[in-house]
Amino acid sequence: MSKVILEMKNIHKRFPGVYALKDVNFELQAGEVHGVLGENGAGKSTLMKVLGGIYKVDDGEIYIEGQKIAIHDVEDSQNAGVSIIHQELVLVPHMSVAENIFSGREPTGRFGFIKKEEMLEKAQRLLDFFHLDINASQLVCKLNIAEQQMVEVARAISFNSKILVMDEPTSSLTEKEVRFLFATIQNLKSQGVGIIYISHRMSELFRITDRITVMRDGQYISTKMTNQTNVNELISLMVGRELTSYYHKISHGLGENALEVKELTRRGVFSNINFNLREGEILGFSGLVGAGRSEIMKSIFGLDRFDSGEIYIRGKEVTIKSPNDAMNFGIALVPENRKDEGLIMKGQVGYNMTLRILNQFIKFINVNTAHENQIISTYVKKLGIRTSSTLQLISNLSGGNQQKVVIAKWLAAKPQILILDEPTRGVDVNAKAEIYEIMNRLAQEGVAIIMISSELPEIINMSDRVIVVRNGSIAGMLKREEFSQERIMHMATGGIS
Amino acid sequence: MLKVITNNTANFFKKIGFDIVEFIKENFGILIGFAVLCVALSIISPAFLTESNILNILRQVSTNANLALGMTLVIIICGIDLSVGSIVALSGTVTGGLIAFSNVPITAAVFAGILVGTLAGVFNGVMVAYTGIPSFIVTLAMLNIARGAAYVYTGGQPIRVMNEDFNVIGAGYLGAIPLPVIYSFIFLLLTAIILNKTKLGRHIYAVGGNKEAARFTGIKIKQIEIFVYTFSGFLAAFSGVVLAARMFSGQPTVGNGFELDAIAAVVLGGTSMTGGIGKIGGTLIGVLVIGVLNNGLNLLNINSFWQLIIKGIVILAAVYVDMMKKRKEAQV
Ligand SMILES: Nc1ncnc2c1ncn2[C@@H]1O[C@H](COP(=O)(O)OP(=O)(O)OP(=O)(O)O)[C@@H](O)[C@H]1O
Ligand SMILES: [Mg+2]
Repeated sequence: MSKVILEMKNIHKRFPGVYALKDVNFELQAGEVHGVLGENGAGKSTLMKVLGGIYKVDDGEIYIEGQKIAIHDVEDSQNAGVSIIHQELVLVPHMSVAENIFSGREPTGRFGFIKKEEMLEKAQRLLDFFHLDINASQLVCKLNIAEQQMVEVARAISFNSKILVMDEPTSSLTEKEVRFLFATIQNLKSQGVGIIYISHRMSELFRITDRITVMRDGQYISTKMTNQTNVNELISLMVGRELTSYYHKISHGLGENALEVKELTRRGVFSNINFNLREGEILGFSGLVGAGRSEIMKSIFGLDRFDSGEIYIRGKEVTIKSPNDAMNFGIALVPENRKDEGLIMKGQVGYNMTLRILNQFIKFINVNTAHENQIISTYVKKLGIRTSSTLQLISNLSGGNQQKVVIAKWLAAKPQILILDEPTRGVDVNAKAEIYEIMNRLAQEGVAIIMISSELPEIINMSDRVIVVRNGSIAGMLKREEFSQERIMHMATGGIS
Repeated sequence: MLKVITNNTANFFKKIGFDIVEFIKENFGILIGFAVLCVALSIISPAFLTESNILNILRQVSTNANLALGMTLVIIICGIDLSVGSIVALSGTVTGGLIAFSNVPITAAVFAGILVGTLAGVFNGVMVAYTGIPSFIVTLAMLNIARGAAYVYTGGQPIRVMNEDFNVIGAGYLGAIPLPVIYSFIFLLLTAIILNKTKLGRHIYAVGGNKEAARFTGIKIKQIEIFVYTFSGFLAAFSGVVLAARMFSGQPTVGNGFELDAIAAVVLGGTSMTGGIGKIGGTLIGVLVIGVLNNGLNLLNINSFWQLIIKGIVILAAVYVDMMKKRKEAQV
């Protein structure tokens, strides 16, 4: 039995209207990867924020290497040897990657001047380990969300902490980056670092963890040895009941072409993109981080300009210059980055959900509040959004529940062409099933759906066809009967990986 | 009977999106401060709690109220409008000049003055929306331009307008209530309705809260920005004309530093300088606090140099207390 490095005992935490942690116990050993699993809003991130000094505990004790310690702020936590990759990225957008990684701990010379060269070099070494195409001197705001996630990982690792917490580190990473991350985790593990790993991706938990702790409704439920449990047992522990089918694709006849894209090119970003999307179809887009999938969709949706190419909707060529144009053609885009692109974090849950469809209940200065509330509560129910009230600030919701609000916001617009960019990012199994079911139902009603996803099982299970994007061009297209993880990965990497 | 009236007013306020309970909860700190200030003043100075003094205060704050209403929208969308004081001077002198120099009919002159000031606001909005120059810079430039234009137009001298019909616009009464107070009340309702009851209002919060997300939502950000600066310019221009009417003259020096009182009122009212958060009710309280403070210090015969110092300290203290409260809530 190896030594216990962290113990959290009888932890309680209340927010106004929410009892987020009820008497939670948690234990981590040195050299262990300990998974934490639970539905959206179960209290996983809150437990980690308590450990990280973001929230103060109401009650309970924390021991690190047998020493009882009091954590009042982030610094206390860092000094005790804890470093955390938070679920929501917290990088400073207008600083360089290197500055972000070393902020507050910059290597300095004699007069307190920052040794820039040294810092850049150190940062670059960390990044190169993940085989990323990121330059340490780049500004963070130029990176996409997956790259930012990797920078967060690099930053957390650079602390050389005894305890490393990863709260959904892979939620927008693809298989390639995940492999490098896992290699890093193995390496840290062999050095005796204790790692807490939170994820909704079951397959990852089984690949990397030694033990898994399940939480439900703010309570500790149980801890299992990973090699002595299985997906079904874990799900029933976290949901509190059996959950039968989890992925189920309903196939049915497809209709006319809803969207057709010809030779779409944006210089330096993507080129010669050709594809069609039929009514009732779910078209998966796969590829590595930075391949250009989101960028293609942004251009179609009128957010970015493009240099050449044509877009046809239901057979007619159209000009889309702004998101408004796109919406008028019945297109909706659920963006990948909920915090920056999807939500007004200072606003309430209900406000965010209906921001897109104000026309439905506001006529000049006459707000039909009853109708608005009815729309809101329909979607809260439909997607199982866990919030103390629809007037709750969206920033107080758990990550997965925020994601559901973004989806609701766009579903409420009742699009004919629905583009989903990482729709299940950070969403628990139960709600994932819910979202898949909604996708199936919409497809049956004839809605044409594009789904970008970095999670291969999701792509394979839900799509009618898959388009694989590599380096800004389409590397190939696969029909459902041709799907396999290996094949998609092979196309995505160009056979190198 | 009283209950019926209070119920009716509560309903009315609800209709324009104003929830009295929420209002008290959100502005608890500053409301207490305001109450203490009023009680203290009425004890120290018997002149404070008289009908004439209260109407006097209301009339004195009416200009700042107008400017602060516009400023609230500007600050909600993460901007700032430094030009309002200068626009007050510009529109007042233009109207005054047209009447006194050019014999233009009063209605037309009033209209022209308001139009000129509003156009200055349009210019601010277009520059902010299309060039990406920060609003601080754009409106700082307009602060100079509008003030300069007022000096050029008047040759630096006040324009006397000894016209009773014109004077009534600023000095008249409706019953016992000074007209400027009525105007401000109407603008207050108008702004509250825009913010709380219209699509525009929700879009304003969205643009201020997260511009990128607003873009993804298909909100026409440029239009919103232009509207907000135009609205602020319009309110400043209107106030300028009213002020000129009351003073029988268009003065190029008037309104110096008005923008700062407006900003102070907005911030006292809890609007966030980082955008996305702000309520008209808060701004109203902010305006009243500054107004009562000014009035009280005058009643107590404190000299105007000291008044500035005291005002500065009060603003700092009030915002600090508010920030501490919010930080505590955030950390829980
Ligand atoms: N600052 C806050 N104020 C109020 N409620 C909060 C706050 N932070 C979290 N909560 C609530 O506490 C509960 C637990 O949230 P937490 O973020 O820990 O969930 P989670 O298990 O990490 O979920 P997810 O899988 O979606 O990330 C949720 O109901 C959430 O709404
Ligand atoms: Mg979480």
